[in-house]
Amino acid sequence: MKILVCVSKTPDTTSKIAFTNGNTKFDDAGVQWIINPYDEWYALVRAIELKEKDASITVHLVTVGGADAEPIIRKALALGGDEAFRVNTDNHDSFYIASQIAAIAKEGAYDLIFTGKETIDYNGSSIGGLVAGLLDLPYISLATKFELNGATATVNREIEGGEEVNSVSLPAVISCQKGVAEQRIPNMRGIMAARTKPLKVVEPAAADSLTSVASFELPPAKAGVKLVPADNVAELVRLLHEEAKVI
Amino acid sequence: MSVLIFIDHADGHIKKAAFEALTYGADLARQLGVQAGGLLLGTVSDDLAALGKYGITTVHQVNNEALNQLDAQVQAKLVAQAVGDATVLVFAHNQTGKAVAPRVSALLKAGLVTGAVALPDTSNGFVVKKSVFSGKAFANIAISSAVKIITLNPNSYSIKTAEGTAAVNQLSLTPDVPKVTVTAVNKVSGEVPLTEAEIVVSGGRGLKGPENWKLVEDLAHTLHAATACSRPVADSHWRPHHEHVGQTGIQIAPNLYIAIGISGAIQHLAGVNRSKVIVVINKDPEAPFFKAADYGIVGDAFEVVPQLTEAIKAIKK
Ligand SMILES: Cc1cc2nc3c(=O)[nH]c(=O)nc-3n(C[C@H](O)[C@H](O)[C@H](O)COP(=O)(O)OP(=O)(O)OC[C@H]3O[C@@H](n4cnc5c(N)ncnc54)[C@H](O)[C@@H]3O)c2cc1C
Ligand SMILES: Nc1ncnc2c1ncn2[C@@H]1O[C@H](COP(=O)(O)O)[C@@H](O)[C@H]1O
Repeated sequence: MKILVCVSKTPDTTSKIAFTNGNTKFDDAGVQWIINPYDEWYALVRAIELKEKDASITVHLVTVGGADAEPIIRKALALGGDEAFRVNTDNHDSFYIASQIAAIAKEGAYDLIFTGKETIDYNGSSIGGLVAGLLDLPYISLATKFELNGATATVNREIEGGEEVNSVSLPAVISCQKGVAEQRIPNMRGIMAARTKPLKVVEPAAADSLTSVASFELPPAKAGVKLVPADNVAELVRLLHEEAKVI
Repeated sequence: MSVLIFIDHADGHIKKAAFEALTYGADLARQLGVQAGGLLLGTVSDDLAALGKYGITTVHQVNNEALNQLDAQVQAKLVAQAVGDATVLVFAHNQTGKAVAPRVSALLKAGLVTGAVALPDTSNGFVVKKSVFSGKAFANIAISSAVKIITLNPNSYSIKTAEGTAAVNQLSLTPDVPKVTVTAVNKVSGEVPLTEAEIVVSGGRGLKGPENWKLVEDLAHTLHAATACSRPVADSHWRPHHEHVGQTGIQIAPNLYIAIGISGAIQHLAGVNRSKVIVVINKDPEAPFFKAADYGIVGDAFEVVPQLTEAIKAIKK
């Protein structure tokens, strides 16, 4: 059994969001880069847990990005996994990134491909579905629980107001979110081991880009809070009813 | 050329997010000077011809009960076959849309923008405004492919109706045998689904323990609202995981978000800052949430919230 975990780099969740170059580029001055939380806490940890239970499972990591993604992929390797690929490109279009992951996945004949539910910067929630579509594999999105049973898997997925339990034949692509696993902290042994794990840099496969960022914008600033005294909730109700017109 | 809108449904009824997508798709078709049609995979008890009131002229249906359960692989192939002369496809950016739209993008090699918040700018190319950085910013994304796919963020486009009837066209397409089977559905019945709710009442660690959630539930019930919570509340199992909102939980954009005993950490705000109106109830005047709020009460939730519930009941009478 071979598992491929897709890992991406995102700004730390507390980063100040600002743009440069006439609002066409994210301002990364002073930004701390982290592994996208959904990839790290859920997709990667679940893959490692499966390997811990069954030593015959290999876990490979893939990131599509420039050399600046290497610290992130090393950190991911410190949590676990056998080896990693970095597809060397700065192209950010989802179709292009998914094409790269699909090429790696095809080459390695993986039984399972895990992604995070979405990146917390682009919020695409689309790479998993694109990879599954390109490879014509079943896809379960927004998984909250994942269990392997031989050539099939039992996966809980989020639906409006609850969950659905799915059974799927492998190979398959799964996008992971909270519930699938619990966050782990890498230990010293893992960090040491990661230094010698193979990190293969591969050049991108030929693929098209179908979208590009024209510009960014920030939402208009809030006018400021209107405070209502705690002993006059009726006034709050009046404001919500008459001024904001939301109740 | 036309616009095709994917009509999502569950339990025999078309979802609210689909009405938003229909309105959006019909407005987009008008902007482009083309017609809009809908596509429904599966069966519903709603009247399909009546969907004309959202501005579409035709509803295509693959009338097959097996399609009421989602297998994204099966559904995406049907969408790709039903696409006809459509050059823009619109989905809701909900659980179904997130599963199906990217696959259709792969099949048709159609540029995809997910989480759109407004109609595209078609004055020079095709540029879609989408939410990025978990609601902290927007990106304008240009799509260059011939066929384009948009998923529309829930609660970001108001539903409009007018006079109109749609022609219903049955498609004789045969779905593949699904590789995914649904073995159980665990739905909390009677509750308003969080991602579709217009009003959300949310509680944080300030409520001290799960036994105090009646406060939140009573207020939510009075407002016909969904309930939500902060991450530590779900992590401590005071509330179910699917109520956790924020950067790592669910992102919502209701008309009204009432935060009770939540400090307003940046990761929490990332899930709720697209709400139209935010009300914060917190006993600490320095709580960061007040900076992101429209209205606030500095006070003890255990005193303020029951009064608020009563005051709302009073005006609802
Ligand atoms: C990578 C990362 C991702 C995260 N993702 C999320 C996420 O998705 N969602 C999320 O919510 N958090 C997330 N967090 C956690 C976040 O940083 C905060 O720790 C969390 O939101 C705090 O929850 P809280 O406001 O309920 O609790 P607290 O911060 O403990 O705040 C409790 C509040 O209640 C008030 N209070 C106390 N008693 C009363 C009373 N009687 N009446 C009124 N008010 C009272 C207090 O003044 C305080 O402001 C994330 C953190 C990290 C690092
Ligand atoms: N550049 C990338 N390299 C590897 N995996 C990625 C990359 N971008 C996104 N992913 C994976 O796809 C998931 C969804 O990303 P997105 O569709 O961009 O929100 C992420 O959680 C990652 O698992």
